[in-house]
Amino acid sequence: MSSRSCLPPASPTRGSATTPPLYPSTTTPPSSSSSPTSSARISPAPTSSRKKAISVVLRVFAKYPDAVRLCFKRLVENLDSSDPQILAAVVGVFCELASQDPGSYLPLAPEFYRILVDSKNNWVLIKVLKIFAKLAPFEPRLAKRVVEPICDHMRRTGAKSLMFECIRTVISSFSEYESAVKLAVVKIRELLVDDDPNLKYLGLQALSVIAPKHLWAVLENKEVVIKWLSDEDPNIKLESLRLVMAMVSESNVVEISRVLVNYSLKSDPGFCNEILGSILCTCSRNVYEIIVDFDWYVSLLGEMSRIPHCQKGDEIENQLIDLGMRVKDVRPELLRVARGLLIDPALLGNPFLHRILAAAAWVSGEYVEFSRNPFELMEALLQPRTSLLPPSVRAVYIHSAFKVLIFCLHSYILQSESITSSFPDNLVLGVSELVLKKNMLEGSELTTCEAPSAHRSEGFNPRNQSYEDLSIKNGGDRTINHGQTSTPAFSENIFTYDSIINLINQVELALGPLTGSHDAEVFERTRHILCFIELIKGEITECLVQKGKTLESEEMKASKIIKLISDAFSEELGPVSVSAQQRVPIPEGLLLKENLDDLETICADFQVPESNLFSLGSPYYGEEVGVSSFGLQDKEESEPSNEATSLLTEHRKLHGLYYLASEKNEIVGNDYPPANEPKLQVNPNNDTEDLVKLTVQSLATNKKPNHAKTRPVVVKLDEGDLVTVTAKRPETKDDLVSGAVREVLLGSDTRTATSQSNPSDKSSSKRKGKEKINVDRSELKENLGDSEKPKHENPSSRKNKHRISGKERRHKSAGKIGEEREENGQKGMQKSSHRHARHKAPHRSDAPLNVVSQTPVIPDFLL
Amino acid sequence: MIRAVMVMNTQGKPRLAKFYDSVPVDKQQELIRSVFGVLCSRAENVSNFVEADSIFGPDSRLVYKHYATLYFVLVFDSSENELAMLDLIQVLVETLDKCFKNVCELDLVFNYSKIHTILDEIFFGGQVLETSSTEVMKAVEEISKLESASNSINLVPKSVSGWRGR
Repeated sequence: MSSRSCLPPASPTRGSATTPPLYPSTTTPPSSSSSPTSSARISPAPTSSRKKAISVVLRVFAKYPDAVRLCFKRLVENLDSSDPQILAAVVGVFCELASQDPGSYLPLAPEFYRILVDSKNNWVLIKVLKIFAKLAPFEPRLAKRVVEPICDHMRRTGAKSLMFECIRTVISSFSEYESAVKLAVVKIRELLVDDDPNLKYLGLQALSVIAPKHLWAVLENKEVVIKWLSDEDPNIKLESLRLVMAMVSESNVVEISRVLVNYSLKSDPGFCNEILGSILCTCSRNVYEIIVDFDWYVSLLGEMSRIPHCQKGDEIENQLIDLGMRVKDVRPELLRVARGLLIDPALLGNPFLHRILAAAAWVSGEYVEFSRNPFELMEALLQPRTSLLPPSVRAVYIHSAFKVLIFCLHSYILQSESITSSFPDNLVLGVSELVLKKNMLEGSELTTCEAPSAHRSEGFNPRNQSYEDLSIKNGGDRTINHGQTSTPAFSENIFTYDSIINLINQVELALGPLTGSHDAEVFERTRHILCFIELIKGEITECLVQKGKTLESEEMKASKIIKLISDAFSEELGPVSVSAQQRVPIPEGLLLKENLDDLETICADFQVPESNLFSLGSPYYGEEVGVSSFGLQDKEESEPSNEATSLLTEHRKLHGLYYLASEKNEIVGNDYPPANEPKLQVNPNNDTEDLVKLTVQSLATNKKPNHAKTRPVVVKLDEGDLVTVTAKRPETKDDLVSGAVREVLLGSDTRTATSQSNPSDKSSSKRKGKEKINVDRSELKENLGDSEKPKHENPSSRKNKHRISGKERRHKSAGKIGEEREENGQKGMQKSSHRHARHKAPHRSDAPLNVVSQTPVIPDFLL
Repeated sequence: MIRAVMVMNTQGKPRLAKFYDSVPVDKQQELIRSVFGVLCSRAENVSNFVEADSIFGPDSRLVYKHYATLYFVLVFDSSENELAMLDLIQVLVETLDKCFKNVCELDLVFNYSKIHTILDEIFFGGQVLETSSTEVMKAVEEISKLESASNSINLVPKSVSGWRGR
């Protein structure tokens, strides 16, 4: 700080307020006497202090917008300066100003254009290019004039910085000019193959800017990009990974993912997770838009989970569950993947995988009807090493075990009902069958382990059939019968008396110790399952032993219970819209607390699914639906959660801006659609599609499976699913500054005249100014008049609308431009005659007029 | 706009830090620490850019250069050109080198005020003023002349302005 006090001339930066002697006029409020000093300072002072005065102006404008009226004209004059230092400083200031509000500076475009063509200073040129990049969206005609000089610079310059700036300007703002883009891509390629890692990096960045509009540019450089994937520089690796992901499309997603997953095995943990993350993100984009073969994708997810460094457990968990709920066709494969994950005892030790295992367990419980061997699933769910899991995951395991148990019992009952009619003496047969079954099971396991692909392809038909089964049965009513499982031959006989008894014993044995668990969730789930077993066990053994005799009345009770529960479980769970929670009406008479601070603990739990893209009904919700809970803890838990829901919606309303921006559907729906409904809407002609699928399948056997298979139905909800990436532009902080600038540039007379900024103006010149201003004003009025109907493009009409109109303009300009040009042509003719007169008469004598005369200049100078 | 200029040594000790937005001191230190955390993990011969969005917020870029025991860091936004910034670091270092004849870390430690004078000639309120090191040198010489002239009036300790004697 001491340095500052001893260096008066250089005393820097924000200190402008503390250095009155140097820049008195720019800091003190307007007084008629001070403004000449300001002009004097910015114009004839020595270069060194002049350029400092210029750059301090920026800070002054930010603090004190009225200063714009005082010294903006002087600032503009400096654009004509021949001194490169001054020019650099002033262009830098305009670059900053333009970044805040480009529209206001359009009238200066001719000046900038002149600099762009004339200047030899790279620094100045870079800044001017930046300015043009910002102005371009506001004036479509600008591009045509500017593109050529920019390309010239790009070809000629030896400076990489300028060349890169040209490239960036072209690809970001003038990307519809094909020749320019082509040239830029050639230059990008030069950068890409350069040895300097900086240039490589920038080249890759440029490619990723251009990728959305001109994917061919990326594809052209595919090899280079993939080569840099193994660069030593993490920046370059990341950048090329992004580019590779940008190239992903329906046709190559399988191939690219394969390559990347293999590559991730070899790379360091950080980058490995970057790769996995980007694969997951790309594939799930827009509700799995690019995935055709969901079986493949699900097995890829399974494979990813086994990668040692994988830390994307949460995302994989979400997607596994989400896929299960959205894509019916994939469920058998999903179950197979889940089974693979559950059975492997080694995975239980890896804490990163616990979330995935929870998803796998949930899948195995929910879609157990696709299982070849539910007993095996049960074994996996109850294996001793599950004690390594955290209680929350363990609870999912236990509940899934419950579902599997119910499924087995139910299938058994159905089966025995049908069998007893034909085989009265089931007991003996059952035992002998058990042995037989075991052999067969082992066989089947072998095939699944050894040749999963073979299994997959042969599994197609039965799955398809089951799908038809389901679709016939109208969604929600998913009555389980054995014809539905993927291998009907097995399920006929798999549920024998002994196996059921074994199963029950196994469950009892494994869960018994957990009744002492300290975790409420685990404890309760265990109690449910054990109590249930107690309830039915006596009857089942009994009625089965005396089969054939009085089974009718005795068995009734147990089987009724089982049927009821299995009905409850078979209610299909659909995806939940992100906005679902907002649609829950607040119950009447519910008192909402004013102070929401004490909610924080509850909110913390609930925000996690909220912030997800697709807000899944996570396993826990599923359970709450399925089990009507009577436990004390559960009551306590569910009650506040209910309240919390409404409180949360209220909180959302109050503090909307702190929430993630997924809210736009708030307006949309006022009633809560049943989760299963949309899927029916999505595809009313399921059956016909299935037929088509079948015929295609049978006809085109030699084609790639990719093309032979039509994409399965993916359940999509309404807007809730659509990822709304709103490129939010930073709010312009200083509308005041831009307002003042526009005022000065467009010569709104009243304010300037009254603010006594130009006491030096002679009355005569003032009058002249008035006349001219009137001319301009009337013209402007024509333009300004249209600002009500926002269609008309007008740089000066953008006060609060420029963001929208800027975008609109791009689309509209094509249609509008001819019409507009016609108008402008007329105006231009009138105007140019005016201008000639004007230019000759006062020319440089007084600045304000000069500026005024430039106001509507763009069309004339540029066209 | 330039957001910050930092010079720190390879141990992470800041030798010079100037922020052109108002940033409270403890926040500054935190930023410097996190920048150093990123820089020290980077190998030699890799690119000089670091994605700084996570440290400095959106629309910020970071360029650094490693000289002997010092990291020179520039933080800026999208209105600057990355390569030009890299050149500017070069200019800064060149100027320092001219001033101190084979500049080393100790020069920065003992000539704090002169470093700031040089910096202020190159960057001014977040704007780049001068890109030629000879011009900067000229201006700095002039300032030092003025300073020594005013020394007789102002009671500035010798140690602060004593660099001129070098």
